[in-house]
Amino acid sequence: MMEFQDLQIMAEQERTRRKAIRIHCCTSSGCQASGALELFHQLQAAVEAAGQNERVDIIGVGCMGFCGQGPMVSVEADGVLFEHVRPEQAPEIIASLDGGPCNVKQGDHAHPFFARQMHIVRRNGGVIDPERIEEYIAVGGYQALYHVLHEMSPAEVIDAITRSGLRGRGGAGYPTGLKWATVAKSPGERKFVICNGDEGDPGAFMDRSILESDPHLILEGMSIAAYAVGADQGYLYVRGEYPLAIARLQKAIAQARKHDLLGSQIFDTSFNFRVDIRVGAGAFVCGEETALIASIEGRRGQPRPRPPYPAEHGLWGYPTLINNVETFGNIAPIITNGADWYAGIGTERSKGTKVFALTGKVRNTGLIEVPMGMTIREIVEELGGGTPDGTPVKGVQTGGPSGGCIPEALFDTPVDYESLAEVGSIMGSGGMVVMDATTNMVEIARFYMEFCMDESCGKCIPCRTGTVQMYRLLSKISAGQATAADLATLEQLCHLLRETSLCGLGQSAPNPVQSTLRYFREEYERLLRKRVTINLTSR
Amino acid sequence: MAARTLTINGTLISARSNETVLEAAREAGISIPTLCHLDGLSEVGACRLCLVEIAGSPKLQPACHTTVTEGMEVQTDTPRLKAHRRAIVELLFAERNHICAVCVASGHCELQQLAVEVGMSHVRYEYLSPDCSVDISHARFGIDHNRCVLCTRCVRACDEVEGVHTWDIAGRGTNARLITDLNVPWGEATSCTSCGKCLLACPTGAIFSRGSTVAELERDASRIATIVAARNERW
Repeated sequence: MMEFQDLQIMAEQERTRRKAIRIHCCTSSGCQASGALELFHQLQAAVEAAGQNERVDIIGVGCMGFCGQGPMVSVEADGVLFEHVRPEQAPEIIASLDGGPCNVKQGDHAHPFFARQMHIVRRNGGVIDPERIEEYIAVGGYQALYHVLHEMSPAEVIDAITRSGLRGRGGAGYPTGLKWATVAKSPGERKFVICNGDEGDPGAFMDRSILESDPHLILEGMSIAAYAVGADQGYLYVRGEYPLAIARLQKAIAQARKHDLLGSQIFDTSFNFRVDIRVGAGAFVCGEETALIASIEGRRGQPRPRPPYPAEHGLWGYPTLINNVETFGNIAPIITNGADWYAGIGTERSKGTKVFALTGKVRNTGLIEVPMGMTIREIVEELGGGTPDGTPVKGVQTGGPSGGCIPEALFDTPVDYESLAEVGSIMGSGGMVVMDATTNMVEIARFYMEFCMDESCGKCIPCRTGTVQMYRLLSKISAGQATAADLATLEQLCHLLRETSLCGLGQSAPNPVQSTLRYFREEYERLLRKRVTINLTSR
Repeated sequence: MAARTLTINGTLISARSNETVLEAAREAGISIPTLCHLDGLSEVGACRLCLVEIAGSPKLQPACHTTVTEGMEVQTDTPRLKAHRRAIVELLFAERNHICAVCVASGHCELQQLAVEVGMSHVRYEYLSPDCSVDISHARFGIDHNRCVLCTRCVRACDEVEGVHTWDIAGRGTNARLITDLNVPWGEATSCTSCGKCLLACPTGAIFSRGSTVAELERDASRIATIVAARNERW
């Protein structure tokens, strides 16, 4: 049986076994793709070869965020950061610990990319080994869960989450505390907690990174949620394209079970909670909550009309709480630091921080976590460093296929749920694609429409066939074959899909088209075929 | 069972508290177009033809999936709804190869009837003309995918009434196709009991009895509801 004292003992043991120097090597998917695993082994070999085993530890850590500069290596004590490290440079890095010459490209912690960030959800990313529960416990992990189970009633937990102002990070921004309260009040013999890790927006990898870098943070958040709403079973729904995240979650669940942090009578209370992983098979629509539930139940992943909402009638008909990965990532920090602390960050209606995947025509690509209310300009120009070749920025796309394009003229818009909706986009899950002056906006709209067409489940008619018609019209416009009448039909279809589609995928599919039409209409009109008039009288 | 009063298109009507807007409207003689709805089967809210406006709700709601509430104000026939319905029917006609002139169900087809109801004079969208197959491997029935509208009435009739679940859907989006068992020809689908309920449920000429020719296929879809009602009474 795990007690609070045991947590402290484990943390203390972990801290004392640490060697004088910890070298962090990112082993997340992004850096692995550029050879981080080989680098990790070479670093270990270099330590061995230099006879530094007693003093230096090489730790495989989660994502450091600056993915465009990977593989990344950092030295914990003196804060040196190495970028684009090649495996053969490992001995050089080890030698540099004792003042040896080092020509490896060094990063700068004072760079706005790092300095302007604020880490809550990603605080352990790039700092701890995600495959060892001891490291998570050493940085205070599972203490929030203990605190909740022993010192707070479920109602007090929900009250804390409500007062923190946290809103759903999956995209729609529904108040998290309100959702928890609804599930808690819904009658049911059983209740479930589901973590939605079916991240599917093109260019978005926030959830993958969080799951790979700090799986126990999500398990702790889910456990606290389960206690608050009265659930005893949780499901982590992760898309099959994230094998590393799945492997690390499996390991984390096994470790938590071994230490009685999942299972029966957690921390010697009557609270029981088990978590299982469900792997998605690649359908984007399974990120929609009712389709996700159908998928967990073993049925075809298709949405159903709401109401009833999953909070009342969810998994197998029982009240079910579904939150996104990043939402669960905020829970333990809110409990630890207090609701008022969290409510003090961000804007009036959007509290806390938001993780974005900054990609596209931007110098510094990677994952950033910034306080709500930072302007798009600050993100793109200061953190992102503008375009790589200095071409003027044209706009930024947020929210993926459900979002919209925001032109450069509106870059002073603060990043919060309401402001982004006002300019015709959405917060979404956190994809942010920067586009420069050379970007063809009609092609952007066509790209996202093709995505929606391919990912439509086929259940409701407007989305199933409307997206095909819209894609064809956009292709026709792009090829210079369309007339003004085609553009009018396209706009009518936008209206139809928004008003009549069954789920969010279809309802928001027109967003990329409508927002580019709103701000870059001349790009469409330039491509339209002129009406040909035949002069009959001259015959 | 408590009663509720509500207004549909300005007319006050009464309904049982567990009724849907669609049921209440039909009882009061107010017609709302439907396609995926069939009395006796569960509701899926997929065709979006029965969408109605409800005062106080910014979103359109499917009448088949919305329970009546006291004082509800429903509009079923506004210009906005009419335009949407016509567009949806047009989208269906453009999606597959619906050629009434050579169809077994011509004259007895719900899709054809819908086109008349919504006033579809022509189709504004590009015909997709997909390459669809016809499966006549079954001894008594056939399925022509050219005429299928993916309403899933056959899937539900087979699963919920016959209790077999021979039918299901494979593929996604506009590539979705009805399949029998694990995508084998219908004649080889061992689970099929050849009961013919899918034939009764089909709104178009997609599922037909072999040997029927142009406009010959007449069937009574209400028999599904009769079967379900009879079972509920007896059991």
